[in-house]
Amino acid sequence: MAKYLLLKHYRGGRPATNDVPMDQWTPEEVEAHMAFMRDFATRLEQTGEYVDGQALAQDGFWVRHDGPGRPPVTDGPFAETKDLIAGWMVIDVESTERAVELAGELSAAPAAGGEPLGEWLEVRPFLELPATVTE
Amino acid sequence: MSAPVPDEQLLRAVVPTTIAALVRRGATPDAAEDAMQEALVRALTAWPEDPPRDPRAWLVTVAWRCHLDAVRSDTARRGREERAEAEPGPGPVPDSDDTLALYFWCAHPSLTPASAVALTLRAVGGLTTRQVAEAYLVPEATAAQRISRAKRSLAGVRLAAPDGGGDLSTVLRVLYLVFNEGYSGDVDLVAEAIRLTRRLVTLTDEPEALGLLALMLLHHARRDTRTTADGALVPLADQDRSRWDTSAIAEGVVVLQAALARDRLGEYQAQAAIAALHADAPSAEETDWVQVVEWYDELLALGDSPVVRLNRAVAVGEADGAAAGLAALEAVPLDVPRRTAVLAHLVERSGDAARAAPLFGEAAAVASSSAEREHLLVRAARARGRVAGSG
Repeated sequence: MAKYLLLKHYRGGRPATNDVPMDQWTPEEVEAHMAFMRDFATRLEQTGEYVDGQALAQDGFWVRHDGPGRPPVTDGPFAETKDLIAGWMVIDVESTERAVELAGELSAAPAAGGEPLGEWLEVRPFLELPATVTE
Repeated sequence: MSAPVPDEQLLRAVVPTTIAALVRRGATPDAAEDAMQEALVRALTAWPEDPPRDPRAWLVTVAWRCHLDAVRSDTARRGREERAEAEPGPGPVPDSDDTLALYFWCAHPSLTPASAVALTLRAVGGLTTRQVAEAYLVPEATAAQRISRAKRSLAGVRLAAPDGGGDLSTVLRVLYLVFNEGYSGDVDLVAEAIRLTRRLVTLTDEPEALGLLALMLLHHARRDTRTTADGALVPLADQDRSRWDTSAIAEGVVVLQAALARDRLGEYQAQAAIAALHADAPSAEETDWVQVVEWYDELLALGDSPVVRLNRAVAVGEADGAAAGLAALEAVPLDVPRRTAVLAHLVERSGDAARAAPLFGEAAAVASSSAEREHLLVRAARARGRVAGSG
């Protein structure tokens, strides 16, 4: 088994195929989208492939050390930051193919007009511990 | 025939008095709690195979042995002389004061809220560290650290209820936090908070303890109707009131009346009174909103808070119309969470869907939970639909 991080972007990712902003959707379309997302996580729990999923608030900020005895420097929030992560899901699956398959399904969440959203999801493999048997 | 296996509830119910028994035998409260936890974990594995005849006696004996082992290895490690090992006979039957003292100890003002909550769930609630971790969705090592840090700051604090019962506010605050955390993890913290508060009201005369219990019961009664089957949020006005738990409401109202009869009002009683008015109403429209506003005024008199002012603005909007609600909202600072959502709601009620729609969108962007964000997105879409439909 190998773990993969699926990253969803508020913005900064590549444009989705069905790129109507959510604030133009009907209430039914919003509800159908949300229900799909919940069902997806539940289904992966049942197949034993779900590890974790979290949604992130939009207002983040940057922090860095500013020398001993000084308070850290903070900057933000940035209304116009280029890349903004909306949330993640961690899955634990048999193969890269399976990770791609699941990310593809997640990307097909229903959106405006009931059509698949077709958003780009970033898929990042975890660095694993060294295997016990290496030959 | 072997004795029936005592269920986990029974096991957990005797935890506080067992800790108190160890303290009476000379253990410090923090060492007693450690030993109790060790005995609890052993009981959970041993009892299903070999149930004890007297669960409490078993726990006291095993916990005391765990305590002596810990003292011995501690003493040996420091190269000091071993202490007397004689096991004292069983102490007198513990009384309720010990359990109350344990509530105070776990909610000691020197503790952070997270530590006080974890320690209360363990020492008074009888949860294992693993269960505390599961309830708060944190790794077990993290929960263990919260507890051990808590106990380091309590080293030297005696197990004793303050004279005359003392100020229960720290204890009530901890139980309120447990209740409010809800049901995110595998352990039902709502049921746990109610159980611990029920026990507390048998130990004290403080009307605010009754007020807190009433508040919990009245909110708990609506639990099943607050979300749809697939997890979406259902606002109070849209909840199916026929599915509210009428026995919990009835009990909450009786408990609240007993509290109010003492004539020492506090914030939990006032919040419970508001919850009771909602529970009593056949529909949102038929709610006695004028009385709800009066109770919010009582709450403000007990202590000004922007969150109370925000909720009051919603009630004013219902009692006196959206314009009055919007006027009340002006007294609420801009940075209070959910303020934009309330503004959108009141603007929508004033009939201005065109202005409400983008406000709901704004509120969704700053929502603090996924369920709330989703709910606000749907309301934004509905408001937009009304604009499109009328335009």
